[in-house]
Amino acid sequence: MLMQADHMPSTSGTQGTQGDIPVLALNGVTKTFPGVTALSQVSLQLFAGKVTALIGENGAGKSTVVKILTGIYQPDGGTLEVDGASVRFATAQAAGDAGVTAIHQETVLFDELSVAENIFLGHAPRGRFGLIDTNAMIERAREILAGIGANIDPRTRLRDLGIASKHLVAIARALSIDARVVIMDEPTAALSQKEIEELYELVETLKAQGKAILFISHKFDEIFRIADNYTVFRDGALVGSGAIADVTEAEVVKMMVGRDVSQIFPDRERNIGAQILVVDGYEHPTEFAEISFTLRRGEILGFYGLVGAGRSELMQALFGITRPSGGTVLIDAEPVTIRSPADAVAKGIVYVPEDRGTQGAITALPIFQNVTLPSLGRTSRNGFLQLAEEFRLAREYTRRLDLRAASLDTTVGNLSGGNQQKVVIAKWLATQPKVIILDEPTKGIDIGSKAAVHDFMAELAAQGLAVIMVSSEIPEVLGMSDRVIVMREGLIAAELTGDALTPETLVRHAAGI
Amino acid sequence: MSRHVLMSREVLLSGAILVLLALIASRFPAFITPANLANVFNDTAPLILLAIGQMIVILTRCIDLSVAANLALTGMVVAMINVALPGLPVPVIIACAIGIGALLGMFNGILVWKLEIPPIVVTLGTMTIFRGTIFLLSDGQWVNSHELSDPFKAFPRAEFLGLPVMSWITIAAVLFFSLVMSRTTLGRAFYAAGGNPHAATYAGIDVGKTQFWAFTISGALAGLTGYLWVSRFAVAFVDLAGGFELNVVAACVIGGVAIMGGIGTVAGAMLGALFLGIIGNALPVVDISPFWQLAISGAAIIIAVALNTQANRTKGRIILKRAEHAS
Repeated sequence: MLMQADHMPSTSGTQGTQGDIPVLALNGVTKTFPGVTALSQVSLQLFAGKVTALIGENGAGKSTVVKILTGIYQPDGGTLEVDGASVRFATAQAAGDAGVTAIHQETVLFDELSVAENIFLGHAPRGRFGLIDTNAMIERAREILAGIGANIDPRTRLRDLGIASKHLVAIARALSIDARVVIMDEPTAALSQKEIEELYELVETLKAQGKAILFISHKFDEIFRIADNYTVFRDGALVGSGAIADVTEAEVVKMMVGRDVSQIFPDRERNIGAQILVVDGYEHPTEFAEISFTLRRGEILGFYGLVGAGRSELMQALFGITRPSGGTVLIDAEPVTIRSPADAVAKGIVYVPEDRGTQGAITALPIFQNVTLPSLGRTSRNGFLQLAEEFRLAREYTRRLDLRAASLDTTVGNLSGGNQQKVVIAKWLATQPKVIILDEPTKGIDIGSKAAVHDFMAELAAQGLAVIMVSSEIPEVLGMSDRVIVMREGLIAAELTGDALTPETLVRHAAGI
Repeated sequence: MSRHVLMSREVLLSGAILVLLALIASRFPAFITPANLANVFNDTAPLILLAIGQMIVILTRCIDLSVAANLALTGMVVAMINVALPGLPVPVIIACAIGIGALLGMFNGILVWKLEIPPIVVTLGTMTIFRGTIFLLSDGQWVNSHELSDPFKAFPRAEFLGLPVMSWITIAAVLFFSLVMSRTTLGRAFYAAGGNPHAATYAGIDVGKTQFWAFTISGALAGLTGYLWVSRFAVAFVDLAGGFELNVVAACVIGGVAIMGGIGTVAGAMLGALFLGIIGNALPVVDISPFWQLAISGAAIIIAVALNTQANRTKGRIILKRAEHAS
């Protein structure tokens, strides 16, 4: 394995030249959270005028590193060095003062302010009486934008710009505070191909200006195109780093995913029954096309892909939230048209969305009312609710999920996060679905809760439910799925079963290499 | 907000009303005789009816500023119907009032549902449109007492078991809508659509349609109140109940209806209206100037909102957002 390759021979201006001091470095940094070690003894070096790609799957610790570098988290062990001297970023402000700036996946800017105001918010040039010197601000914004080759009028309102231009503004903002280190967290995730090309040019410009760049991406083509160095994390530990010219894509994929994934998932008896769902030629004008797949009772079908591959969009169409433009759906061999979520529920499809906070529970209502919400047709007669029936249904399903609460009358807002999630799942099970779609079922929850969700998923399948699991976590996809469909850019890239199901194949198909 | 806290909020408001009555009684004992209290209730009846409708609208994260204009327009229309067809029986007039009011409410609802215009804009617009329509219909003329038929005027004042019919209608509406809100799928949909529109959508509830029905109910109640108002005061004119929509919203807020939607009860709206009604009726008799009345009503609103906010804050959220360990 290529470790700490400071002295690696360089072919195309890679790594810092010998004896170079990194602008920013992590040395043996450890970060733990209750119950989990997010980072263990990791090191990372960023050099002036070089692009370092940080590579790892979801959960590898990339975001934690970004938060440590920008002063949001403090490391529990190890040191942070700027120009070789040990420092401490106690606050985000301190990191900013040291010249470290991050451009996030979803840019944090203000739509209603002008471009110049966005660039200089918080550090605008002051004139007489401490008032903001608008002319100077616009002038300097113009200079900075011109410096990165962005043809944007600083007086434009931000919301009139496209997503790519907003990224440029975010970068201009980073430069306006004299950044020496620019962290780009999946900057191309939401960009079109042409915009990505422009971003590459900008990265070159920044390199030429001597900025150290940390580039986080899942896309191998861009990593190999623009990065000089790479660092690979897996499960919070450093597994390799060096010059990009010295590795192949296959080697990086191997470093990224190389682990035994079988032991942490529930063993389950595969009891796959009759075909229940057939989707054929399903398409949407902008989000996905040529989607055809089948699903059987008792089967867990994984949907893997990069963020933005169109998986959630496909599921939302199947659930009637958006309208597809073509294709057929058969449930139990009957052709169906799903016009609304109510329609989908009535036909036996339920969808547990990714963002349970905003799309899951109604926190102001009690548990039983949350559970029965999609099943009101069954717990009412002629529009009148049958309270006894509601309580019976709620009791049955909360018991099955081992939900602990003083009473079913307890308001959901007063429950813990894990129990709120159980309420949401109980709600969907109570509709007695045939097909349950789980979108990122374990995203953002702790390891213990994850295991519970996995056990539960296995139990659902054992009971003959057909499960679709959308997940971006490779171990989860491999550990839980009977079959996996990989999506890329709105299309099915591959359907994998059996021996073809390996971390490498998943990543290759998802990234298109 | 748990049911228990909600209940205690209504109990709290009832307590505040009792304290208010005790204070008034200490200076003017006759105020709390049953006959006078019945009068106060009857005076407050229009506010209660409108507050029930408004409560449902606010529950779905909307607001209906056109209720008073709807009341005035419907009142004018039924008054003109009565002038044109004096023989038309009162039940038919009432059915017309509810129907016209509901149609006006549906107009609001359609704009909110199908065109997705913000409710405050829709109802500000229709408020003006309704007032303008009254002017067009009436040429700016008043419909006066002597033009209205006797049965038309007598109905709300007729006494039944010691209370005027207007009070009985209000009591019936309170009971009816309490039932609707707690025991029907539509009532549940109002709470769900306002409490978390995303979750409601995923659960198969059409949020826009639910808001449409809320506006329809608010409109129907405004129409009913329009007839009661015009017949009781025996006059209809363009500016009837001008600015009354603000009292209606205030009654809801005092009654514990969360302006962000999802929380509120019919009982709360009624108590909020009664609180304002008692202040309005009592302060003149204990010789407090009308200016102080306004200040006291305003203070009551702010205190009510402050208490609601505090209740939300002290409750706290138990859901500790777990530290993000993963990238």
